[in-house]
Amino acid sequence: MTDTAATGGPVLAADGTPLKKSLARALRIQKLRALALIAPLLIFVLVSFIIPIGTMLSRSVANDLVADTLPLTVVALESWDAESGELPDEPVYAAFVTDMVAAIAVKRHTRLGTRLNYEQTGMSSLFRKSGRKIKKLDPAADAPFKDTLIGINKDWGDVETWKVLKTHSVRITNGYFLNAIDMRRTPEGAQAQPEDKQILVTLFQRTLIMSLVITASCIVLGYPVAWILANLPARTANVLMILVLLPFWTSLLVRTSAWKVMLQQQGVINEVLVWVGLVADDARLVMINNQFGTIVAMTHILLPFMILPMYSVMQTIKPTYVRAAKSMGATDWTAFWRIYFPLSVPGIGAGSILVFILAIGYYITPEIVGGTKGVFISNRIAYHISSSLNWGLAAALGAILLAVVLILYWAYDKIVGIDNVKLG
Amino acid sequence: MAALTPISRKPMSMVLPVTAAAGGFFGLFLGTANGSGLLGVVLGAAIITGLAAFYIFVLKNEALAKWITIASMAVVGFLLGGIALMIVGALAGWFYHWFIYWLYEGRYRARLLPYLTPKQVLWHYGFRVICGAIFVFLITPILVVMPLSFNAQDFFTFTPEMLRLDPAGYSLKHYQDFFNNNEWQRSFKNSLIIAPIATVISVSLGTLAAIGLSQSHVPFRRAIMAVLISPMIVPLIISATGMFFFYSDIGNWLEGSLGLPKSFVGYVKVVLAHAVLGIPFVIITVTATLVGFDNSLTRAAANMGAGPVTTFFRVQMPLILPGVISGGLFAFITSFDEVVVVLFVGSAGQKTLPWQMFTGLREQISPTILAVATILVAISIMLLATVEMLRRRSERLRGMSPT
Amino acid sequence: MKLTKLTALAATTALCAPMAFAEDMANEMTIVSWGGAYSKSQLKAYHEPYSANTGVTILNDDSSAEAVAKLRAMNEAGNVTWDVVDVVAADAMRLCDEGLALEIDADTQLAAAPDGTSASEDFGELLVSECFIPQIVYSTTFGYRTDMVGDNAPTSVCAIFDTEAYPGKRSLEKRSINNMEWALICDGVAKEDVYDVLETSEGQDRALAKLDTIKDDVIWWSAGADTPQLLADGEVVMGSTYNGRLFSVIEEQKQPVAMLWDAQVFDLDGWIIPAGLSPERQARALDYIMFATDTQRLADQAKYISYGPARASSAPLVGQHAELGIDMAPHMPTDPNNAQNTFLFNYEFWADYRDDIETKFQAWLAK
Repeated sequence: MTDTAATGGPVLAADGTPLKKSLARALRIQKLRALALIAPLLIFVLVSFIIPIGTMLSRSVANDLVADTLPLTVVALESWDAESGELPDEPVYAAFVTDMVAAIAVKRHTRLGTRLNYEQTGMSSLFRKSGRKIKKLDPAADAPFKDTLIGINKDWGDVETWKVLKTHSVRITNGYFLNAIDMRRTPEGAQAQPEDKQILVTLFQRTLIMSLVITASCIVLGYPVAWILANLPARTANVLMILVLLPFWTSLLVRTSAWKVMLQQQGVINEVLVWVGLVADDARLVMINNQFGTIVAMTHILLPFMILPMYSVMQTIKPTYVRAAKSMGATDWTAFWRIYFPLSVPGIGAGSILVFILAIGYYITPEIVGGTKGVFISNRIAYHISSSLNWGLAAALGAILLAVVLILYWAYDKIVGIDNVKLG
Repeated sequence: MAALTPISRKPMSMVLPVTAAAGGFFGLFLGTANGSGLLGVVLGAAIITGLAAFYIFVLKNEALAKWITIASMAVVGFLLGGIALMIVGALAGWFYHWFIYWLYEGRYRARLLPYLTPKQVLWHYGFRVICGAIFVFLITPILVVMPLSFNAQDFFTFTPEMLRLDPAGYSLKHYQDFFNNNEWQRSFKNSLIIAPIATVISVSLGTLAAIGLSQSHVPFRRAIMAVLISPMIVPLIISATGMFFFYSDIGNWLEGSLGLPKSFVGYVKVVLAHAVLGIPFVIITVTATLVGFDNSLTRAAANMGAGPVTTFFRVQMPLILPGVISGGLFAFITSFDEVVVVLFVGSAGQKTLPWQMFTGLREQISPTILAVATILVAISIMLLATVEMLRRRSERLRGMSPT
Repeated sequence: MKLTKLTALAATTALCAPMAFAEDMANEMTIVSWGGAYSKSQLKAYHEPYSANTGVTILNDDSSAEAVAKLRAMNEAGNVTWDVVDVVAADAMRLCDEGLALEIDADTQLAAAPDGTSASEDFGELLVSECFIPQIVYSTTFGYRTDMVGDNAPTSVCAIFDTEAYPGKRSLEKRSINNMEWALICDGVAKEDVYDVLETSEGQDRALAKLDTIKDDVIWWSAGADTPQLLADGEVVMGSTYNGRLFSVIEEQKQPVAMLWDAQVFDLDGWIIPAGLSPERQARALDYIMFATDTQRLADQAKYISYGPARASSAPLVGQHAELGIDMAPHMPTDPNNAQNTFLFNYEFWADYRDDIETKFQAWLAK
């Protein structure tokens, strides 16, 4: 310091460049080298994971089907005032028939019906049934169409039908996201879904609550095990570790079906309870196809994810700390609660976040042991992807779920730091 | 430590009530099963206390006492309910004999610090019983399905023949099915091709990136970390559908533009998808190991003229190897046990073992999947045991005392 | 060190692999089916003889349960990897409606019966869609535990709603089709009026209200293997499933289970060819279909599984079970004794109303 002040000039490195510049260059090279090491993986993950997930999630707002299938109708409907309570005029009907005839030729109209049925039950059958008759119409010769269409199906004379068409003709829609929170897009703005379709908010709540219960039971069961593994001599601990690792390495499907064998009414647990007489034969416990089954099976499946991070944190806690506390007069409980437990919190944090995130996205296990009440929002996503084919809604549900997970991840990173997660 | 604690015989006022309680506990179950819980408790307590008193005051021969208890309880079990109960009885006999002498001789104190209060001793054993119960919870489902894999019927059900331990209730046909059925063999082979290659990709890329991430000045560290961890936190079903469209495009391009054969492209797709899923585990474990890595070692190596590559393989790698191996194991298991993504991304030619198990569960009732699970569990036990034995051997060779 | 070796090994595997795979590529086709005993019967009756005749390797993909979703995704991605797909008629109609399946002309593209009857006449009314070649007639019906019902063996389908006479759980499929019809029949609707009632919103609510009375007693199944397993465990007293599954439980596994044929719902299962295949793959798929749906082949399949062949001309050729040696005819859903009180499934109705009713049903289920 004093030297610099004395000479007045910048400090020079060995090769004569100013030290500051030289250091900056070294730093830059270091940064570049680090980035070069990370780059291959980063690009790999970005291209093969982040972008695909992004495009998948973009389906939650994309809504090209209506505008692509019925281009003329959409334009014609623009001049129609949905609030007027009057049916659209003949041009709309003519445009609709022209569009439909073209759509039927390439078999697009049933898809459109299915799409609109997500919004208004009955649209699918309307499009399918009318499609068979509209097919025979000639857009050029058979005009006017208004009465013909209403004759084909009286729903075409219902203002609601046209309102739904108009509302959902936009190319970018918030409709799926509204559906995902039990609302729907209407000409009058977002409104609540009819009572008998409201299930998704309940499912989100159920997913969160059950994941919390699972995480909590994993903590309760995992903590003693991690403690004993960390405090036993290595020889014994390693043998006991096998008991933790074996379930972990056994196929998820096998463990789930094992729980089915265990929990069902004629299952192992009930048979044993009946045999020893704790439960009457005609009052066997119902432990599967409900929330209890899901919680037990998933606690078992996720427990190793709790034990391993806890164990690796507890291994680093020196036993001398607790001994020191005791030598200064702390009781067993105080020594544990004031010294050991705070030191083990990072392990609990790491395990909890891992278990919670994995639990919230699970779907095979709840599907097999959860019945109707013990299923998660992921089961709903899977249902919309593979059965109802409502991929837009599936993507919207997935986006919400992902947002929840990302907030958790962010909070966790702020509080504990993701670097502190260890897996054995 | 053991030598520090002198053990001494305990007074009857402590031994007899405790054995009575233990006997009553067992008696409760037998009693309720046969009608009266209370009678069971009283009888159980009386019998076990009587046994204890008889051994301690009259017999005074531990080995003889052991065989008497085991044999008599086994006989009672057999009379009550056949071979299955006989085994239970023998085990109970062994336990009660051991328990009586463990208490009476004060053996329970032998491994504990001498200054512990009785309450602490009780907690010590109580805690171990709790942990034991949790281990039982962990392992029972796996033990339960193992006998079912020898089921003579095609269901996941314990048949009456199995419970009677009648050999007719057991068969090896599900194991035969696994070894003779083309579908199972093909999917097993596919898993053995896909999982290791996916693991190698995620381990090699992941380790490099983890080393990069662990250096002191990395711009956007948090964001990069979040991206790399993301495959673990995105719910699988979303990843699966997202990747489906992406890999279909990749597949079209590889087949169309590069003219690669269809089945090869199929493998590439599944391997890459699984590699992505395994990466977070590698990143997490290797960065965790690198936190404790002393960077002066690499500088020392550089100082002595080693290039970066040599330094990496000769200095850094051996030290972080445990982290790399455990990350690799996680990645391997992820791929080897993955069913959702492969269902979407793979096609029939790349059917993996979990996929076959999944259809096995859905479309056919076949304990073959339990046979496969049993084989895999046996293999992992052997692997784990070998690793542990090697560890002990190297400990011995290095002259360390067992820890 | 080890790592470098491993990497090198992986690299060589990766490089050598294309050559190894290249050869078996040319003559391979992927056939999608349901798996289990059903796929096995197809393997024996169709795949093995076809491979022997033509040298084509057939890869079996057990994905029929997800066929509609996957075909739609494949179509969207422009990469259809399946050549022939086995689906139920309702799915086939949906695929056909959306242009995801190839239209097939029965008379020119399928084999005629041995006596020269044209294929369209031989299949008759079973050709419910232009894209669909029926293969078997199956029925969804009930099985019950003989040891759990005592002397009071159920004779009517309405036993599922009678929890007093038949306490215990019952299993039903996790979808609206069939369950809604049974609910209405047991709620007093005449068989011929069922679809008229179900067309209206009130009728749908009425069916759901009836199902609501047993909602807590039902285990919902989604895979064909579920009900047989539940019956074998004694976990349910009765349950709906496909008649072939029950045949296997009763005759092959000798479980204490019996069939309840009342109000069994006939349905069809058969082939479709995905739209958008390359000309050569499409030609091969058509060739396979022509072979696999001829009179003899359909009759052959009935040797391995108790589903009735879809061709009228195959029925007389149905013989005995290949392993058990029992006569298969009495176990066919189409046997006159079994078909006394059959419920006629309305394909057009379900094609039109499936989306509407299924949405309601699933919402009701999740409540």
